[in-house]
Amino acid sequence: MQTQENSRGVGSRLVELVVAFGLFVVGVVVIVDSQRLGAGWADDGPQAGYFPFYLGLLICVASVINFIQAVRTRAEQDRVFVRADEFKLVLSVFLPTLAYVGLIAWLGIYVASTLFIAFFMRWLGRYDWPMLIAVSVGVSGVFFCVFELWFKVPLPKGPLELWLGLS
Amino acid sequence: MDELQSLVHGFGVALSLQNIGLMFVGVILGVIIGVLPGLGGANGVAILLPLTFSMAQLPGGTTSAIILLSCIYWGALFGGAITSVLFNIPGEPWSVATTFDGYPLAQQGRAGAALTAAFTSSFVGALIATIVITFLSPLVAGFALEFGPPEFFSVYLLTFCAFVGMSKEPPFKTIAAMMLGFALAAVGTDPVNGALRLTFGSVHLLSGFDFLIAVIGLFGIGEILLTMEEGLAFKGASAKINLRVVLETWRELPRYWATSMRSAIVGCFMGIVPGGATPASFMAYGVAQRFSRHRARFGQGEVEGVVAPETAAHAAGTSALLPMLTLGVPGSPTAAVLLGGLLIWGLQPGPLLFVEQKDFVWGLFASIYLGNIAGLIVVLTCVPLFAAILRIPFAVIAPIIMVVCAIGAYTVKTNLFDVWMMLVFGVIGYVFKKLNYPLAPLVLAIVLGDRAEASFRQSMLISQGDLSVFFANGLVGSMTGLALLLLIWPVISGVLNRRATSG
Repeated sequence: MQTQENSRGVGSRLVELVVAFGLFVVGVVVIVDSQRLGAGWADDGPQAGYFPFYLGLLICVASVINFIQAVRTRAEQDRVFVRADEFKLVLSVFLPTLAYVGLIAWLGIYVASTLFIAFFMRWLGRYDWPMLIAVSVGVSGVFFCVFELWFKVPLPKGPLELWLGLS
Repeated sequence: MDELQSLVHGFGVALSLQNIGLMFVGVILGVIIGVLPGLGGANGVAILLPLTFSMAQLPGGTTSAIILLSCIYWGALFGGAITSVLFNIPGEPWSVATTFDGYPLAQQGRAGAALTAAFTSSFVGALIATIVITFLSPLVAGFALEFGPPEFFSVYLLTFCAFVGMSKEPPFKTIAAMMLGFALAAVGTDPVNGALRLTFGSVHLLSGFDFLIAVIGLFGIGEILLTMEEGLAFKGASAKINLRVVLETWRELPRYWATSMRSAIVGCFMGIVPGGATPASFMAYGVAQRFSRHRARFGQGEVEGVVAPETAAHAAGTSALLPMLTLGVPGSPTAAVLLGGLLIWGLQPGPLLFVEQKDFVWGLFASIYLGNIAGLIVVLTCVPLFAAILRIPFAVIAPIIMVVCAIGAYTVKTNLFDVWMMLVFGVIGYVFKKLNYPLAPLVLAIVLGDRAEASFRQSMLISQGDLSVFFANGLVGSMTGLALLLLIWPVISGVLNRRATSG
């Protein structure tokens, strides 16, 4: 069961097609916006859309060729883009990072970073509590000193810093 | 010998206690960045760039700031070799070729010799490249003072066509990635007439995409996601470098002087023409193998196979500064980030820099010599320390790197929206890297987009929309011609190859 799951994954060809299509859409958006602004000449020279228009055109042409090349890859030549077990590992980093960036707005960057590092160490590293508290609080403390005190670059702060009178 | 006099003056600028301190700080930070996965020269410098904003406002501060940042770059170049030799993991793309012979050497218990060879060759490569840029860049700058908009646009064209013609990636993927970069650069206010482009009513997009965010996302987050696929553990050889090993290796190295010179020439060429350090290291490895008497031993632990790519990578990384300073066209993503720094500090890279900011330019050149000496000292003495960093489990180091990237992205414009954009760029970087869409031209296009467009539109204004302005005289015509030749080079080389195999 396990081995079967490991060999399963998303084919590169499918991802190639999706990316080429996505870039094509970007190209179309650029062309449409350039047309809106005017892609020709005004009295005072080239209009705002003059240069981007050709960018959009080139994106579309290149994407069509990439798309055709991906279509022509035969199924047996298709590589695996990412295996299911690999993708699980990638998500295990990416999803907590998403949550972390979301938390920054609520809790400030220092508290969010402490929680993020602690969560990561507990979940993937299985560290015991004293160790992970020491590392996560220590790292955030060092960043606080470097940015707020040393370089005087203010980072986002939340309720804890407000309560401590630090922001 | 005006250059020598200016250089002596430059040493006077660079040799203050503060600047030497910054050199060592920069090199140590750079090696750490080079050793850690997900932090490399380009995004390491990008993350630390905001910290120099206040530094650059002091008198003489821009010189200190560029010394700090460029030394991070040299450190990162040195650091890439450590992971390649000890862990068989290239910390930087340009050290991939170093793993071919470096790791087998380490497995044979000769890690110290491999590292000493790598560091010394890096130093030699950088030194040769620095001499080249010291004497060549005033010439190029003087030459470029005569440039008008068509000439500048043809230089940009040459840069980007070189990417299409020289990169390993499929040409149409290179074009797609590059044009995406230009399109991202076009987002925001039109620099000429103030029209809003591609903003779709979003306030966040008014000022456009900052390329620093793109660099941190593409290279930082994308790299971490890629590293995660391989699992969580690093296994590596241990290394001790003592004086005896260093001296023994140094006695062996002069034997490879011809390889060093060839690799340095390849490196300088690839750095000035925007090919970059990564292809330079592969080319130098190939050339060294072809010329070597021990061809069969390459790949099994040949010191010469470490010397060649390291010399070339460092030479290319260093000489990439030449077009950046003299023409404002960076030859590598890291040089592009340094260029972004110059712009933020209020310096205009290009030929006038050599006239108006003599202290800055020659102080920087002097600091390259000194910074590489500092780098050599640091890496030779502290290898066990840096290797220990790699033994910190990934479950600890990965979230810390993510936090560093997030802070770096936030401080660029003190804006949380940019941190979200960094994540988006991270996903793009992950997918593009797996599908062989090159990231370097994408980043360079974001950096140069506005100026390439401005020079194009000014040229068109001069000629009233006639494209023949790019062939108007010998200089601009030959640059445009060369650019077009490079653009169709994949087709030409394909035809040549087919003829060679059939005939």
